[in-house]
Amino acid sequence: MSRTQATKTGTAELQRLAAAGRWHVIKTVADAKAGHIGGPLSAMDLLVSLYFNELSVDPGNPQDPARDRFILSKGHCAIGLYSVLALRGYFPVEELATFDQGGSRLQGHPDMKLTPGVDSSSGSLGQGLSAGAGMAMAAKQLGTDFHTWVMLGDGELEEGMVWEAVHTARRFKLDNLTAVIDLNGLQQYGWPVSEDDDRFDRSNPWSGVDLNGVFTCFGWNVISIDGHDFDAIRDAFDRVREQRGSGKPTVILAKTIKGKGVSFTEGTYKWHNGIATPEQLASAAAELGQVFEGEAK
Amino acid sequence: MKAQRDVWGQTLVDLARTDSRVAVVDGDLATSTKADLFADAFPDRFFEIGIAEQNMVGVAFGLSTLGFRPWLSTFGVFLTHRALDPIRMLVSQTGAPVKIAASYSGLLNGSSGKTHQDIEDLAIMRAMPGMTVIAPADAIEAEAAIRWAADHDGPVYLRLARDAVSDIFSPGHAFTPGTVHVLREGNDALLVSTGVQSSRVMDAAALLAEEGIEARVVHVPCLKPVDEAALLSALSGPAPIFTIEEHSIIGGLGGLVSELVTSTTLGKTVTRLGLADAWSESAPNSYLLDKYGLSPARVAGQVRHALADD
Repeated sequence: MSRTQATKTGTAELQRLAAAGRWHVIKTVADAKAGHIGGPLSAMDLLVSLYFNELSVDPGNPQDPARDRFILSKGHCAIGLYSVLALRGYFPVEELATFDQGGSRLQGHPDMKLTPGVDSSSGSLGQGLSAGAGMAMAAKQLGTDFHTWVMLGDGELEEGMVWEAVHTARRFKLDNLTAVIDLNGLQQYGWPVSEDDDRFDRSNPWSGVDLNGVFTCFGWNVISIDGHDFDAIRDAFDRVREQRGSGKPTVILAKTIKGKGVSFTEGTYKWHNGIATPEQLASAAAELGQVFEGEAK
Repeated sequence: MKAQRDVWGQTLVDLARTDSRVAVVDGDLATSTKADLFADAFPDRFFEIGIAEQNMVGVAFGLSTLGFRPWLSTFGVFLTHRALDPIRMLVSQTGAPVKIAASYSGLLNGSSGKTHQDIEDLAIMRAMPGMTVIAPADAIEAEAAIRWAADHDGPVYLRLARDAVSDIFSPGHAFTPGTVHVLREGNDALLVSTGVQSSRVMDAAALLAEEGIEARVVHVPCLKPVDEAALLSALSGPAPIFTIEEHSIIGGLGGLVSELVTSTTLGKTVTRLGLADAWSESAPNSYLLDKYGLSPARVAGQVRHALADD
């Protein structure tokens, strides 16, 4: 069985889709009065690139056995994934309005039993890479050719279970498994960059740690990129494909900006989650609408 | 008379000959759990993850999404405690057909002491929505439960004991979830037990009979689901109820029976025998069974004493 690549999508179109996705995130969370902002926005360019430029998937047949798998291990960023799945055609964009409401298919954290296109439930951090390793191991054992992608947050890397999976993926030579790390450098409270608060060290959790070296030492193939540079992301995906057959899993260390794309949410831990006011929504719509005019209403 | 662990490994080998979905995910204890029998026979479907129990659960879940029905193989304590969170999120919440083979459960774990004794597993797993919780009495019932679980399209927690106990059931016994078994009739006391403790309770009932006390012995192999009507029927009559389990008296079989009795008009008290909110210690099995009131003589003594107080 051979893999078919997603249709290559141009950078301008990816930018438009990412802006639309960001708008849906901030608008949906404001309407639902619940959900996360910073993480979904930092990961948006990566998510859009995966779903519109790399994953071999069919929204009309979400359970296609030959499909590539994607696991959002940082499950609190569910609304980011839902926005991209809606744009990709898994369900109507209008359904985003049901997010976090009773009876919705769009739960606060991804639920594989409910949402078309969600390959693994997630929400308790640190578990997705193990699940992805299991899928990749099964694919090899069954002789199936799909690729498994797992997106993790940098805060999530503090969970020990991640490193159990990192070890296992190398041992089982899972070159059909790729981890994408959204390195936005901020957590809900742990490490904000704030000049007016010096009670304790609030630097980036991985500052002073050579993550590239750590993964290399674990036997992984490492690619470091700017997670907002669509061309760099595209190149990284190409290199992942080239690594198949190498016996090495690949990690893409993607440097991102938390809250990327909306000026008042960028670079602050205070928008890890948050509800935009009508004025803030209007501001976000104006900012994002410049890229995808007509959709931010 | 066989040990449940030997039956576990061999039964999986038998099942795997005709069922390609059967797989084993091991945590570096295959020689103890007897998963090594499976590893020798089906190395392609044996996944040695190493000493990483949370990861084991995640990998088993991942395998299950591709059609495997993986069995987790390690000591129960490392699954129900260390790997509880992935069991909850990836297995229970999704209903994945992952089978948790909790080897070396309960109090008697060689002489490893309280670190390795799992005396809270039934309470934990019973509270997990959608989890089938089975504690077979002997090797025969263990084999029947394994064969049932292999075909069950959902998660199963199977509590297995390390050492052999006297057989209660006859070869060919079939497992049906929810069923309760009245192993012995009697009107003076109602002894309710689960897992391998039922074998000791049968011995206790024989000791009581020598003193003229006839006890009904009710074995509950499946703590969830349970056929409540059948269990209530078995608990009916004037005799006082005792629950006896190799487990904490909190939340396990004693909890189940107490909840059931107090939610009906049965109007009876339940005396719960087991570990009374206490940690155990390293010691020979006979010492531990006596100390915690689970040996046949100590069970009989506690029942006799309680009846005398009435």
